[in-house]
Amino acid sequence: MRILKLLPLLLLAACQGASDQTDTEKQVEVFTWWTSGSEATALETVLDAYRGAYPEVDLINASVAGGGGSAARPILQTRLLGGNPPDSWQTHHGAELMEYYVNPDFVASLRDLYEAEGWYELFAPSLIDMVSRDGEPYLVILNLHRSNTLWYNKPLLAEHGVVIGDSLSLEELLGIAELLQSANIPAMCMGDTGIWATGIMFENTLVGTVGPERYLGLWDGTVSFTDPDVMAAIENYGRLLDYQNADHAALSWDQAAKKLGDGDCAFYSMGDWVYGELIQNGLEENVDFGWVAHPGSDGTFLLVTDGFTLAKGAPNPTEALELLRIMGDRVVQEDFNLIKGSICARTDCDRSRFGPYLQWSMDKYAEGAAVPTVIHGSAAPPAFQQALNDALTNFVVQRDPLAFAETLAREARAAGFGQ
Amino acid sequence: MVNPHWLVRNKGLLFLLPSLLLTAIFVYGFIGTSFFYSLTNWRTLAVDLSLRDPLWQTYTDMLAMPRFQADLRNTLVFTVLFIGLAVGIGLGLAILLDRQIAGRGFFRSAFLFPYALSFIVTGVVWRWIFNPETGINLFFDILGINQVLESAGMRPLSPGWTTDPEVVLSVNQVLAHALPGGATFQIEWGIPVALIPIAIAATWQLSGFVMAMYLGGLGGISRQVRDAARIDGAGEFRMYRSVIIPMLTPITISTAIILLHVSLKIFDLVFAMSGVGPGFATDVPAIFVFEMMFKAARYNLGAAASIVMLIASCLIIVPYLVHTFRSRET
Amino acid sequence: MSLKRGILWFTLGFALILYALPVYVMTINGFKDASSVSLATMWQLPGRASLGGFAEAWAMLSPNLRNSLVMVIPAALLSSIIGALNGYVFSKWRFRGSEVLFALLLFGFFIPYQAILLPLVRFLQWISVYGTLPGLVLTHVVYGISVTTLIFRNFYVNIPGSIVEAATVDGAGMVETFWRVMLPLSLPAFAVTLIFQFTNIWNDFLFGITVVPNPRAQPVTIALNNLSGSFSVDWNVVMAGAVIAALPTAVVYIGLGKFFVRGLVSGAIKA
Repeated sequence: MRILKLLPLLLLAACQGASDQTDTEKQVEVFTWWTSGSEATALETVLDAYRGAYPEVDLINASVAGGGGSAARPILQTRLLGGNPPDSWQTHHGAELMEYYVNPDFVASLRDLYEAEGWYELFAPSLIDMVSRDGEPYLVILNLHRSNTLWYNKPLLAEHGVVIGDSLSLEELLGIAELLQSANIPAMCMGDTGIWATGIMFENTLVGTVGPERYLGLWDGTVSFTDPDVMAAIENYGRLLDYQNADHAALSWDQAAKKLGDGDCAFYSMGDWVYGELIQNGLEENVDFGWVAHPGSDGTFLLVTDGFTLAKGAPNPTEALELLRIMGDRVVQEDFNLIKGSICARTDCDRSRFGPYLQWSMDKYAEGAAVPTVIHGSAAPPAFQQALNDALTNFVVQRDPLAFAETLAREARAAGFGQ
Repeated sequence: MVNPHWLVRNKGLLFLLPSLLLTAIFVYGFIGTSFFYSLTNWRTLAVDLSLRDPLWQTYTDMLAMPRFQADLRNTLVFTVLFIGLAVGIGLGLAILLDRQIAGRGFFRSAFLFPYALSFIVTGVVWRWIFNPETGINLFFDILGINQVLESAGMRPLSPGWTTDPEVVLSVNQVLAHALPGGATFQIEWGIPVALIPIAIAATWQLSGFVMAMYLGGLGGISRQVRDAARIDGAGEFRMYRSVIIPMLTPITISTAIILLHVSLKIFDLVFAMSGVGPGFATDVPAIFVFEMMFKAARYNLGAAASIVMLIASCLIIVPYLVHTFRSRET
Repeated sequence: MSLKRGILWFTLGFALILYALPVYVMTINGFKDASSVSLATMWQLPGRASLGGFAEAWAMLSPNLRNSLVMVIPAALLSSIIGALNGYVFSKWRFRGSEVLFALLLFGFFIPYQAILLPLVRFLQWISVYGTLPGLVLTHVVYGISVTTLIFRNFYVNIPGSIVEAATVDGAGMVETFWRVMLPLSLPAFAVTLIFQFTNIWNDFLFGITVVPNPRAQPVTIALNNLSGSFSVDWNVVMAGAVIAALPTAVVYIGLGKFFVRGLVSGAIKA
């Protein structure tokens, strides 16, 4: 049978297809979920800096498309479980780093690198704390995003006689929302095909209502999710939901940003990755759009970070360490963040290179209390993050505050930090 | 020592051995392992295979989750909608093609064609077609339906399709009376509107397959039977209804079983079309398993849900297999 | 033409249009250029056909397309050959308990694969083929055995036992009979299983996404889903990508579909 004779050949071809990399060449593999638009371009500045310094090394950018790490997470997770890690991968600080990667012993300490590069002086001590366990740092942070910013369409509000000052209270916001509603304009922009987008509005309202200290108390078990303050926050969040655009469930977060730019809705409570999106859509800051802290959260900086690890047992540790060293470089951080629309993790970046919003964000970061985001995995273990997403999915439709709060309280206990 | 006589007599078994061994490991062994995982404490990336105390806690937690309850409801509703539509339309097409007609082969291939495409490919397209801003909803404008409605003082048609969180025909009231503890359900038991587009897409994909199965059955019904029915004075409609369709029952059963096993494990199509949907209106157990295992690292919970899926399949497949093989052996 | 015929033709024609709509959408939007593709005009023909979407989609998907091909061909062939052997034994060399074994084997066709996913991944990691195309081929072969066995068994049952007996009387053994007598008769069954397995494996998503995490090594269905999930890719590229990913199975159906239909019609997939 001729078919049978062909079989070994075909199998051989299959094997070759799987391993068409030659092992003789030096290489390093970095795993991220930055594949689109400004994110990918920003990442390229970092990778180019590495390629420039080490042209002989094959830099493998194993990025996975699909937004927000939703497609990337399963892939990374199974690779780690199978003992087949990339040299370095992207993650957020705090619980995600600790629970996912430090506890199961997937990452190596970067203390030598921090000491050799003098990073203990060049990164804020509070930031180093967030990426360390027992004095060993496990992450090089590339950028800082602020999650609790309320963006608004300036011309649209001006049309209705509204001017926003340096601060906005929830009651003022709701008053404007009523006004806009009579003109048939939804006040709040939303695109929650990815449920985390409405989660951002929830955590912004939460921190704005209960304040940073009690917000932190939720994660160390001193404050319960059924606390009257938290209930008030859930009510407030529900009131904002009443004013969102009707097609929110059909839109992604960036499509909602486009709606804001087009003046189809007025406010957007969202992290400052929206800034990069608005700029990319050709809008001008302080002219076409403005910003203010999410109501009640003026003195708080809800922090979202992106950083990179070193795998324990990395196949190419020397190359990976060099890549991480380059990620901590001042100029590389400046170049990266200018495109990404975020601020440097280092404290010595050249402020004058950044525009008005990012300078505002730097000031806020310098003066405010930085608290970890739960939606991006820093405040609570991954299991709770998933449970919160599920509870939000239900709440957005059913709007039952008590059931929502009780579910969160129960899941917090199950995750080992709640009351 | 292996007895050579035994080998000679059971040479057939020897041939089957590799397949049987693989099945023993990859099907039965792995199912057992999954079941074991579902009873352990393994709920982070660090593997922890100690047994949970109480042993069934993961299952208890899962059944209390509103999300999992919604998944069970969705599977039930989707299965009924999808099998009803696919069998009905597939049978209809088969009957239409059950005659001498030009282009019969062409129609047959055309209706079967969607079966060749992957759920991912079609899901990507269907997501567009059921986009509330455009897609089908554009037709309501293009065809002038909305203009007519508006001039009659009614609201224009623009369904939210997969983004509509509404659950219609809720039977919670009935359940609360009929079942002990029926009032404790945390979700609406009814038909999630968002599932309808998914059932339509799945029907489009598989009704051609149903048609082909029925055409096989119809081909086996002889001219004599049809003629006899006609002589009885039955019109064509009555001939199909009272003679031919009852004769096709075995095919209906085989087909329904195959469709059922598609619907119980449906994953790709929902994944590509809508994901979990608003308020979990389109979430299904397969997505739950995938998210718990590969996103939240709650391995025991994912394994438990997969075992529930397996049990649901077994409830239908095992009696079918047992029945089929029993009737064959006698 | 009678009125009845008219209604028949009208119904068939209408059904045809409905069945063609999704294919129409993906094809015409694939041929639009990035500037003219939009949701509002999704039903309209492109003003000028452009191949830009296809070029871009091809650049992004062709490595994955190659992965799919390299995987699907050995997987479909191997599972068909094993299925032929099994089907031969189950139909012509029955022994005590063979029907029970057949039922146990067939069970594998009906299980939801979620229930074996996690152990499968860990097992493949243990034998060091996880994340590779050979690992994916192995997976598809193993889980394909049940249905290919079913199809071949149903086919061989209809071949008269006298043929096998005649061969054994001539002194041919079980294996020889299979090679010399059965295999040459098996072409129609091979057509059905090969087409069935080719489409099933090509269209698989679950195993692809969980067994092969490396985007470079993933089959085309996963790459297409990633493409449509990333917001920065224009729709014409996604639609062109859908056409490209669908093309191999579509070609197989248009070319060989009649064998498959014939097989299906003669009851190939019936327990």
